[in-house]
Amino acid sequence: MTEPAAAPLSAPLSAPLSAPLEISFDYTRSLGPVLSQFMTGLAERTILGSRGGDGRVYVPPAEYDPVTFAPPADLVPVGPAGTVLTWSWQPEPREGQPLRHPFAWALIRLDGADTAMLHAVDAGCAARMSTGMRVRPRWAAERRGHICDIECFEPEADGPVLTGNGQQAASQSAGVPGMDGRPVTMMTTPVRLHYQHTASAEESRYLRALQAGKLIGQRCPACGKVYIPPRGACPVDGVPTATDVELPDTGIVTTFCVVNVPFHGQRIPSPYLAAQVLLDGADIAFQHLILGCEPDEVRMGMRVRAVWKPAAEWGTTAENISHFEPTGEPDAPYDSYARHL
Amino acid sequence: MSDVAVIGFAEAPNVRSTDGTTNGVEMLVPIFREVFEQTGLTKSDVGFWCSGSSDYLAGRAFSFVSAVDAIGAFPPVMESHVEMDGAFALYEAWVKVLTGEADIALAYGFGKSSAGDLRRVLALQLDPYLMAPLWPDSVAVAALQARLGLDQGLWTERAMAEVAVRSRAAAMSNARAQLSGQVSAEELLAAPMLADPLRAHDCAPVTDGAAVVIIAAADRARELCERPAWISGFEHRIDSGQLGARDLTRSASAAAAGTAAAAGAVGAAGAVGVDVAELHAPFTHQELILRDALGLAEPVLVNPSGGALAGNPLFAAGLARIGHAARQIISGAADRALGHATSGPALQQNLVCVMEAR
Repeated sequence: MTEPAAAPLSAPLSAPLSAPLEISFDYTRSLGPVLSQFMTGLAERTILGSRGGDGRVYVPPAEYDPVTFAPPADLVPVGPAGTVLTWSWQPEPREGQPLRHPFAWALIRLDGADTAMLHAVDAGCAARMSTGMRVRPRWAAERRGHICDIECFEPEADGPVLTGNGQQAASQSAGVPGMDGRPVTMMTTPVRLHYQHTASAEESRYLRALQAGKLIGQRCPACGKVYIPPRGACPVDGVPTATDVELPDTGIVTTFCVVNVPFHGQRIPSPYLAAQVLLDGADIAFQHLILGCEPDEVRMGMRVRAVWKPAAEWGTTAENISHFEPTGEPDAPYDSYARHL
Repeated sequence: MSDVAVIGFAEAPNVRSTDGTTNGVEMLVPIFREVFEQTGLTKSDVGFWCSGSSDYLAGRAFSFVSAVDAIGAFPPVMESHVEMDGAFALYEAWVKVLTGEADIALAYGFGKSSAGDLRRVLALQLDPYLMAPLWPDSVAVAALQARLGLDQGLWTERAMAEVAVRSRAAAMSNARAQLSGQVSAEELLAAPMLADPLRAHDCAPVTDGAAVVIIAAADRARELCERPAWISGFEHRIDSGQLGARDLTRSASAAAAGTAAAAGAVGAAGAVGVDVAELHAPFTHQELILRDALGLAEPVLVNPSGGALAGNPLFAAGLARIGHAARQIISGAADRALGHATSGPALQQNLVCVMEAR
């Protein structure tokens, strides 16, 4: 430890630390034979349905017949216009939805179909929506074989379509732009979710202590074990850890691995060493980096000490410790850490 | 069928938001303690643990693994998890006891619904090819279902408001409820639309919470509980994931689950022959659909706890319904009770647990 504590740890427990957390990833899915035809159709401004063993036409198409469970035979074109069976109003559109201004959600039964599909209707205001109203698709300018190739539906009462039939036919004969007439087999859907992530009361004490250059664990009132970081509940006894225990920034390597594989987001050039470090006085090890020696010099039982970043850079984060380095002391005997392996 | 009974239940206060973590430990530790006090059991008596929760709700991977800390799972325990409401975890626990692998099992569910934008998170339970990419929010989807019934004259906005009125009045006797009080249908109907045709009172609130239920095999149940809630039928069924391919004004899966679950019970009045039912209906019109599907008519008491409209902690609210129904039997208030849980959009999946005094 290089700096004295800046904040008193006996201060009343303040609210847990929390921070915005954004999670984003793409779902990339293979479409399978039926949805591949459906999505390829959308790219060509055609909506396809499947005919079931009960004679009904399912739109969107069923991948397996709901009655016979057989894969559907050839898909059949439907619509593209249809009738609103039910609707609800979205007064404040949310992220990712088809339109940025208020719109309706609707279950729409396309002409020639027996089931309804879900999509948005751009009606301007709720007063222009009604059950039974006629709607037609508004196609996205650029299509890729995705449910969003239908930008939304719009009331037929809005007047003639801007894109004439002749133009539409020309577009179809040209195949799907950029896909050389090949069927669409994959679709990608980006997902972005926003959370407010909250640390537990115990984690918050630990993180605030780190900001002051201290390592604070907590002792389980039942079994007496010291956990760092402290946990909401002792995993052995299921009771909250209660008593703060300040720990030194020295300990031993219980086990380790040499990282040779590069990966996305890697900050340190490989090879480098990730180890389980058991602080003196703690009963649980945590993972950290071992630098300051060659990877092949690291041993189980090796004594190490934390190397802190400059105090000016400290925050409520374990990153205040840049890494651990060997102290040069004799190794701890195996028996002293065997139960932590 | 072997005899298995619910012998204990506890739930965390239903609140709009907690400052706890998304792994639920802060909500679970006190209710585990409570249910162990009720039953006189300790964690070492529990032969099987099963939880229901969702990483999408938590916004982190393997949140249920951290929740296991609340168990005190060392030495290692037999444990499982479902990415569904805790009611479905209870089903797995029930099967474990039926098969003789455990004689006491504990199911729990938890959800910090307030951590993210719940209405967007729930879009991800929709068909991932055709619906989820449009991000339809959960209230909008329920509203499509509500209008179908309104247009067909199956229910009215007033009937929907009256469901909310009953829920809040009943919840006044439930100290853990989030919404309760005396309101009139007129007051509620004067409020603006939230997602036409739904008003705020038609929708369950966003709730953080957790619930736990303990079940036991016959001999242990009798020994631990004066009046166990014997499970006479436990069934779940599912409808199509395509909203437009099924009749949203009815619940075929709830009806099928109810009929199958009732088959084990000794006959009495009403389709499933119960005195009381706790229904997991996150929207007012869904209670009306479920009453119809399960054949619940007067004098069956519905949702004496207030139901999900008085507090809807995701992944715990269904389990809590079974717990509240069991409590009616354990306390002697009812001889036969039904607990229901739902999952998915517009009542897509339905689970029914029928319990009785013996």
